[in-house]
Amino acid sequence: MASFVLKRIWQGLLTVLVVAFVAFGLFRFVGDPVMSMAGAEATQRDREELREQLGLNDSIPVQFVRFVANAATGDFGISYRSGRPVSNLLAERIPATLELVFLGAGMALLFGVLLGIAAALRPRGRLSRFILTGSLAGVCLPTFVNGILLIYLFAVTLRWLPSFGRGETVQIGVWSTGLLTSSGLRSLIMPALTLALFQLAMLTRLVYSEMTDVMQTDFIRFCRARGLDRRSIFFRHGLRSALMPVVTVVGLNIGSVIAFSAITETVFQWPGLSLLFVDSIRFGDIPVMAAYLVLVSFVFVLINLAVDLIYFAIDPRLRVSRAGAPAHG
Amino acid sequence: MFIATPRNGLAPVLSVEGLRVELPGARGPVFPVRDISFSIVAGETLGVVGESGAGKSMTGSAVLGLIDPPGRVTGGLIRLNGDRIDNLSETQMQAIRGRRIGAIFQDPMTALDPLFTVGSQIVETILTHQDLDAKQAHKKAISLLESVGLPSPAQRMEDYPHQLSGGMRQRVVIALALCNDPELVIADEPTTALDVSTQAQIISLLKDLCEERGVAVMLVTHDMGVIAEAADRVAVMYAGRIVEIGSVHEVLRKPRHPYTRGLVNSIPRVSRRKASLFQIEGAMPPLDATPSGCAFHPRCDFAVDACSKDLPPLRAWDGGASACWLPVDESPLDDQSLAPRPADYESRFQIPDAAPLVEVDQVSKHFGSAASWLSRFTARLSSGVNRAVDDVSFHILRGETFALVGESGCGKSTLARMIVGLHPATSGMVRFGGVDVAGMRRQRRFQMVFQDPYASLNPRWRVFDIVAEPVRTHGVDAGAGVARRVHEILEKVGLSARDADKYPHEFSGGQRQRISIARALVSEPELIVCDEPTSALDVSVQAQILNLLKSLQHEFGLTLLFISHDLAVVRHMADRIAIMQGGRIVETGNANDIFTRPAHSYTRALLAAVPDIDVAIARKAPPDHGLKLNRLSG
Repeated sequence: MASFVLKRIWQGLLTVLVVAFVAFGLFRFVGDPVMSMAGAEATQRDREELREQLGLNDSIPVQFVRFVANAATGDFGISYRSGRPVSNLLAERIPATLELVFLGAGMALLFGVLLGIAAALRPRGRLSRFILTGSLAGVCLPTFVNGILLIYLFAVTLRWLPSFGRGETVQIGVWSTGLLTSSGLRSLIMPALTLALFQLAMLTRLVYSEMTDVMQTDFIRFCRARGLDRRSIFFRHGLRSALMPVVTVVGLNIGSVIAFSAITETVFQWPGLSLLFVDSIRFGDIPVMAAYLVLVSFVFVLINLAVDLIYFAIDPRLRVSRAGAPAHG
Repeated sequence: MFIATPRNGLAPVLSVEGLRVELPGARGPVFPVRDISFSIVAGETLGVVGESGAGKSMTGSAVLGLIDPPGRVTGGLIRLNGDRIDNLSETQMQAIRGRRIGAIFQDPMTALDPLFTVGSQIVETILTHQDLDAKQAHKKAISLLESVGLPSPAQRMEDYPHQLSGGMRQRVVIALALCNDPELVIADEPTTALDVSTQAQIISLLKDLCEERGVAVMLVTHDMGVIAEAADRVAVMYAGRIVEIGSVHEVLRKPRHPYTRGLVNSIPRVSRRKASLFQIEGAMPPLDATPSGCAFHPRCDFAVDACSKDLPPLRAWDGGASACWLPVDESPLDDQSLAPRPADYESRFQIPDAAPLVEVDQVSKHFGSAASWLSRFTARLSSGVNRAVDDVSFHILRGETFALVGESGCGKSTLARMIVGLHPATSGMVRFGGVDVAGMRRQRRFQMVFQDPYASLNPRWRVFDIVAEPVRTHGVDAGAGVARRVHEILEKVGLSARDADKYPHEFSGGQRQRISIARALVSEPELIVCDEPTSALDVSVQAQILNLLKSLQHEFGLTLLFISHDLAVVRHMADRIAIMQGGRIVETGNANDIFTRPAHSYTRALLAAVPDIDVAIARKAPPDHGLKLNRLSG
């Protein structure tokens, strides 16, 4: 167990390092950072000074080590566009994105699993067919179309919900939350739903197909032969086995929820990280892009590590070392 | 209607009358179980035997009320100690399954929920049916595990299924079947997935426990050996019907029905070797094409006009009944009454020259030594390498059949793969005709026939391309010659040239194995490695394939390396044998010596574990029959 976790942490660190190298490459080699930062009016001397100040005269490996060391302490340099420290910019935007992503992922997980179970309970029933058809539509519709349709329905036609922004936020320490005001909550509903819809539909289908597969297996048949009641077979034995692959997919997909949040944040002008990233691409604000890349890869690695640990918790077969497993020839 | 009842006048625990199961098919409903009747009394074991598709497992499922929709029971009565159970609701059946009827399934690897401990699954089953508190149930579970022979049962309670071996898991499954003191146990192929030595233990355990507790047992199996060992009476099923039912002793020694006769005769025996096995031509008809009249008549040598027109009823004879229009033949079974047909080769030819074709020289294969530095660093405590094959030496003579015998995990398949160069050896050398195998590139001189005829043929290729592939890749022949060669070979293995245009899914398991053999033969190899070639096949089909291999070997002067766990099959095929255990060869010798004078204790244990029909029947003989049996075992 410990060796497994150590191995995963090691692999995760490697992943983050590789991404950091790409980010560093962006910063160092895409365009000239000095030109971008000093502006057109700066003299040659100013530029030399800035070059020295940024450490650009050192060798590349030294620069990379410095980049990683700075990044580890949260220092990603100065934004070209606003001239403020990138870490401050990120800190302002993180709460908005995290609230959106976690609400979206939570909705997808909760409703996706529930609908999948409901469909699998009576695979040939009318409810099951309705859910599966609906989920197919959910998988097929692109996120931005969902978002625009929601805006048209709830913001333009019905005028129930705001069409963009975060509404009023409350500052708690460094965290600005939209969860404590009614306008903040109302603003959150549509973006979160838009973000969740694809994942929700996909999870519904996944849970359904895993569940129907598991219910065909020998051990479920043996549960029936043992005379266990239907509920216990379905939820205690069937669902637990069916959720194993779901955990993997959910872990991988929280990553893609972050990726899709770029579209959602654009459609709803949600002041989150992704919007910052999209803007920074538009303005060639390379320090922000680099920081975003590193941050997102770090989150990915963290989530995957969590998934591995959850695996350990739910699958006893992983808990014993492979050497102890019976051999097959 | 005739209802086959046991001899003694006891009230039956299970009685089935006129059971019929219907499945929807593409062209109207099909009937995997047609109008069958039988009963079992307390403490008795009824064996239900038949080949795949006979309807035996479906009968067990019907009794348990576990036929999956859209299949359903459309006729008949099932009574459990007098109570009708065929018309109960799902909820009412739940209270019977696991309580009054226990079930044992084929594969202990998949029957237990992998995410729960063994103990919690037993406790769960007890608490579902009995009014006990958790503590009492736990205590009961421990005593059950003890009674099925698990060492230190209290600790085993906390184990997950994957921590136990196959035999231990099957013991747990037996404990689960018995945990609520059922009246009836339905055991569906309880030993099929297990090794020989484990098989014998599980069979005797099941038998002892059920006898001791007075439980009636319905033992569904394809294995006549298991029937001979464990059953009191046997019902032989064919195409959904019982064709013969009676005491094991009577039915196996003097089968009245031609199908039973063929079946019993087509089983290879450990105790004696025959030139060829008796074989029933053809295969069981598919469900949607069951012949009229007696379903067996197209394959029956004795069929008369009536057989194809009318269904023969079960007619009683002393101690049993059989469904055949022919007069009941009371003569005991022996080889003369049913002469083996393809006797067109000598019983055993002498091996002409003693030049070794394959030399295996101190070969070892270790797995797991190439792990990454980190896992080596973190797992320094574990033993490290797995010696799958450990310093093995032997040679195979040209023209002989050499058998590697051992239980699963003993390294026999790994060794075979090294001989044909599929695995590099960790150390040592394999020479083929004097040349190191490791250096050989195009290996058309040896071919393989694999165990699973369903997995070893590419389902998207036509039979022609499958068979022609070795010729094409090795460039033996070209152009029209390939077509001629493929057609020739297909006919040699008992298929027709027309079959070349079909896809594998159009063939039965036995026919697919013939295709595998054709593929192996086509490039004119010197050595064919047969890795458990018949273990996935039914008995009658196994006899066909074994006979085919023998006659092809004779015709082409092939050398066969035969890998098997089935000692009876090895006895039938092999000239020389190597017994493997834990990666090492413990004994090598002539087949006859090994079977008659085994030197190593492991060989003796293996031999003792094989269910031998003749011996088992002899043991079951009522006293007045004892003398007549000498003729059989001689």
